Amino acid sequence: MSGSIIARITLPESAKKGEVVPVRVIVRHPMERAVDAPGLRPVPRRILHTLRVTYAGAEVFRMEMSPGIAANPYVEFTTVAVETGPMVFEWEEDGGAVYRREAQLVVA
Amino acid sequence: MIRRAVLLAGLCAATLAGAAEIRPTRDYLSPELRAQQQDPSRHPGWLWVDEGEALWRRGETSCQSCHGDIARMAGVAARYPAVASDGALLNLEGRIERCRTQHQGQPAFGYESDELLALTAAIALRSRGMPMSVAVDGPAAPFLEAGRRLYETRQGQLNLACGQCHDDNAGRRLRGDVISNGLGTGYPAYRLEWNGMGSLHRRLRACSLGVRATQFDLGSPEYLALELFLADRARGLPVEAPGLRR
Repeated sequence: MSGSIIARITLPESAKKGEVVPVRVIVRHPMERAVDAPGLRPVPRRILHTLRVTYAGAEVFRMEMSPGIAANPYVEFTTVAVETGPMVFEWEEDGGAVYRREAQLVVA
Repeated sequence: MIRRAVLLAGLCAATLAGAAEIRPTRDYLSPELRAQQQDPSRHPGWLWVDEGEALWRRGETSCQSCHGDIARMAGVAARYPAVASDGALLNLEGRIERCRTQHQGQPAFGYESDELLALTAAIALRSRGMPMSVAVDGPAAPFLEAGRRLYETRQGQLNLACGQCHDDNAGRRLRGDVISNGLGTGYPAYRLEWNGMGSLHRRLRACSLGVRATQFDLGSPEYLALELFLADRARGLPVEAPGLRR
């Protein structure tokens, strides 16, 4: 199962081989934490629980996200520019849905 | 020493704010929030801007089919609210909904829907940094007066007028935040407290609730008139939408 999701991925316009590049990604998601208390209508937990980023054939970043993280989570990390190619972002949601977005990293 | 200088500068700013001068809301934000508001890569409001730009081009009778590229909306947000040809006062949201129902033959999005917020934010972004310049003469004059009256009237169980916070105590702290001059230039804004985008009228409802006064409806004539008064108050100050607020 895979669907589309609104996300903004910010990479440098281009990078030198071997350069450490900052990666910024913000994704639109309510990060609905579970509600289960007397007098309240129960709501099941529905958050993005994992973010996985692959680039140049390797996983370069992985993050487990908890229900304490606010809606529309923003993540920033760095990686090393190796080759021109897609950086693939995958979010796993409770219930099994996987959302995928790509961004091109240009290495000069 | 540097810290002391910064502190002194902060005190001066606070003193200045106590005077009648009206300053853009970004001056009252924390440095971190102010930087984030200027940075699309870290500003969650841009998630709505992206959606709004897609909505601008969507459908057969899209916004684009009449208006052309969304870039041509530059300056529009600085002129709203404005009085329409039939005498109604419309804010940007109202204008969009009217376009949608009358010219595009589509059902209205509904006030505070994500779609309307997205389209409003995308259009307002084109005026970012431009000075507010609403028309307040002619047919707009009575609306401005109604807005001024609402602003200046003491209301609610706390018996407070807007100016008692936003003029007399701007720059001081209330409930863990800094009181601004109460301008609407940053709306629709992403508010951290809301975990999402919201309209100025939603924010005004929060103010009304804060002084325990009657909360008017979203898009109500009362808030529209107040929005016009606030826009006139911000005359010459830059549009900040989509803003980032605590």
